[in-house]
Amino acid sequence: MLELINVSKRFGKRLDAVERVARALGVKIAEPIVHAVDGVSFKVGRGEVVGLVGESGCGKSTLGRIACGLVVPSSGSVLYQGKPPAAMPRPQMIFQDPFASLNPRMRVEEIVGEAPLVHGLVSKMEIRNYVDEMLRQVGLDPSYRKRYPHQFSGGQRARIGIARALAVKPEFLVCDEAVAALDVSIQAQVLNLFLDLRERLGLTYLFISHDLGVVRHLAQRVVVMYLGRVVEIATTADLYAAPNHPYTQALLAGVPRLDRQRRTYAPIKGEIPSPLAPPSGCHFHPRCPRAMERCKREVPALREIAPGRLSACHLNDG
Amino acid sequence: MKEFLSNRVAATGLAMLVIVVAIALLAPWISPQNPYDLAKLDLMDARMEPGGRYLLGTDGQGRDMLSAIFYGLRVSLLVGVVSGVIALTLGGLLGVLAAYVGGRFEALLMRVVDIQLGFPAILVALILIAVLGKGVDKIIIALVCVQWAYYARTARSAALVERSKEYIEAARGLGLGRARIVLRHLLPNALPPLIVVGTVQVAHAIALEATLSFLGLGLPSTEPSLGLLIANGYEYLLSGKYWISLYPGLALLVTILAINLVGDQLRDQFNPRLARA
Amino acid sequence: MLEVRDLVTEFATGAGAVRAVDEVSFELKPKEILGIVGESGSGKSVLGYSILGLVDSPGRIISGSVRFAGQELVGMPDAAMRRLRGKRIAMIFQDPMMTLNPVLSVETQMVETVLAHDDVSRKIAVERSVESLNLVGIASPASRLEQYPHEFSGGMRQRVAIAIALLHRPDLIVADEPTTALDVTVQGQILYEMQRLVRETGAALIWITHDLSVVAGLADRVAVMYAGRIVEEGSADEVLYAPRHPYTRGLLDSVPANNEGRARLRQIPGMTPSLAHLPVGCSFRERCSRADAECLLAPDFKNRTRCHHPLC
Repeated sequence: MLELINVSKRFGKRLDAVERVARALGVKIAEPIVHAVDGVSFKVGRGEVVGLVGESGCGKSTLGRIACGLVVPSSGSVLYQGKPPAAMPRPQMIFQDPFASLNPRMRVEEIVGEAPLVHGLVSKMEIRNYVDEMLRQVGLDPSYRKRYPHQFSGGQRARIGIARALAVKPEFLVCDEAVAALDVSIQAQVLNLFLDLRERLGLTYLFISHDLGVVRHLAQRVVVMYLGRVVEIATTADLYAAPNHPYTQALLAGVPRLDRQRRTYAPIKGEIPSPLAPPSGCHFHPRCPRAMERCKREVPALREIAPGRLSACHLNDG
Repeated sequence: MKEFLSNRVAATGLAMLVIVVAIALLAPWISPQNPYDLAKLDLMDARMEPGGRYLLGTDGQGRDMLSAIFYGLRVSLLVGVVSGVIALTLGGLLGVLAAYVGGRFEALLMRVVDIQLGFPAILVALILIAVLGKGVDKIIIALVCVQWAYYARTARSAALVERSKEYIEAARGLGLGRARIVLRHLLPNALPPLIVVGTVQVAHAIALEATLSFLGLGLPSTEPSLGLLIANGYEYLLSGKYWISLYPGLALLVTILAINLVGDQLRDQFNPRLARA
Repeated sequence: MLEVRDLVTEFATGAGAVRAVDEVSFELKPKEILGIVGESGSGKSVLGYSILGLVDSPGRIISGSVRFAGQELVGMPDAAMRRLRGKRIAMIFQDPMMTLNPVLSVETQMVETVLAHDDVSRKIAVERSVESLNLVGIASPASRLEQYPHEFSGGMRQRVAIAIALLHRPDLIVADEPTTALDVTVQGQILYEMQRLVRETGAALIWITHDLSVVAGLADRVAVMYAGRIVEEGSADEVLYAPRHPYTRGLLDSVPANNEGRARLRQIPGMTPSLAHLPVGCSFRERCSRADAECLLAPDFKNRTRCHHPLC
């Protein structure tokens, strides 16, 4: 359904006039380039739920935006149902911030109804009923139609955002930290809504999150990213039972869990390096407890280590 | 609105502004005399002191000062508001578009704005008036040319903040067109700071117009604005006939003060940092 | 060491007074870690601020007492409170920049903090700063002292904030969501350090968070707040594995890890009520499956919980 082939995205800042003059005079200034996404390939099948996991700066949000056609990759290609995701219908994004993701000056009926009207999915005559149906579908009372976003709670706003996306009849949703800003009890409600919608509408999800617990609950397969690169892809069961990549292992070990009463944490060292100056070779090597000489020099390839299971680590070479 | 009125200074400003605007609108009905109708003027009544038959005295042509101020207010406000609205629309649209489109268009527009704001407004206006000639329409054009850059700059920075918000991304993701995103999503959310700048700019425009008129470059003397009235009285100021300049001056002061007080409060209220939780 | 009794904090709003903290009582012994868990609007942060005497207008402590090492903190003069704060009681915030000044070097800030309460030489102050940075696991502390906050990463900044809080070896640390904004691996590190520090320095710790899993690995005792009240309080084992209040049960059930994969999560219906419009009686009544007519009366706190029909 969605296929990413060797996708990269570089964000660069062009040098301004002063810097260009300085460089012409021999001052060494490089254009700062961030490899937000670096050679990522994977597929999402129809009806599948794929989790995309990583910490800040790993490029997961950029990748989500590439999948929705909001960001054009610098190289590589994205195919959504065989075509680039530029024209409608394309994957729709569910955003993290339930405050910033809704236009504060529009009523709910406009927020939800605008796009289907513009795209001619619904006529002016039917739009009222259509919006009501969308609101009911996400568990909101249609009588809220005339209200503005600030009159809703965080959880309700998240539902409005989902209704807005569903209104253009997408088959694929990219959820970017869609429940991260919500309280635990509200988070459960919204996660349940995602599960219900998938069952009812046959949706496919790319579920981006830093929360391994949420991803474990929802996803069938998980893609783990670190500093722009994919380090491991596995089915949820395999990944949580026996993580292969040392980073995945560290990530899973670092997560506080309810069933670990007063266990002393044994965290990995260091912090995520700046994406502006990622370490050589395997990006994880400075923090990796099992790093070797080779890891500093050579970028490990993402290879199949078992059927349907990929990992990018030199340790797998025996 | 409730919050607005809770500030006593701002409430006073608003009350003053309402009175000023009401006077300007109702001038033809509440003025004791039509100051433009030369037939009504009696040269014998020239330069009469305040009190008596003419509450605020008369000017050199025997015109009732109170009526002249009422009508002058009308002209001043008209020029200020009309030029403000046109400049806001033009500058606002260009600024928002620059923020959304970016690239060369933005760079070019913002350089033009920088250059324009580098020159003193009065100088630009003087040159334009010198080229265009006199008249209400000409002075409005001059004021728009002077002011649009302020709006463009404000609109751009407001729109840049809004553009980075997720709802704009969502609108793009929904496949909405560029024009629709700019007009329906970006512009309404960039508007509050523009309105704040607008109130202050209208006050500036009124002051600028008064200055131009005072210098004799503004409006024709058949439709005197407050600035022209002050200028007319200037020659009598030293001979002790203070009222011909003083009262229009006070009217100008009150008008600008009222607009600025309202503008200040609007700015405080629209600024989320200062907004009371 | 710390004893909070019937503490009530209200905020004056246009629509009348809102109780953010309502008759909260608990005790804390030296070296103990208390986790205060609640969702947004539960009053957990205001409780933290109330203990430290940091509630600003329009908020006000209405009644109750906070006794710390035998001293009553409610109504204590500002100057005395300030001396206590920073020396014997320290606070760590979610955003370390609440503690750090961006235009001063870390050294200046740490040395000034030392000198604010202790009459020692500058040299000793620097030594203590280095020691404190060492304690929170910052490598080569002497050279990092000269740096400015922006030269530190998010996790490092939080460590510096913790180091500043520890400068005077406080008896009590109040930490308000200090790891919420951090990445998973960094959060793990800080939690680990905090546990170690409490053990080494003997301070008592109040850890305010929305995340039950964080308290699970950290706290000795857990208090659950809902709509300004503590609805359940007990040892971490009791609260997390044998909850008595239906809300605690619901919260635990909402955590994905406690559910069958890809099945619907057990959820609490409805949403957190606004503090300005709380239901009469038990404030959880409208979301509770066990509620009946008795719940129209506010339940007292007894036997670990504030509920008419406790579980277990």
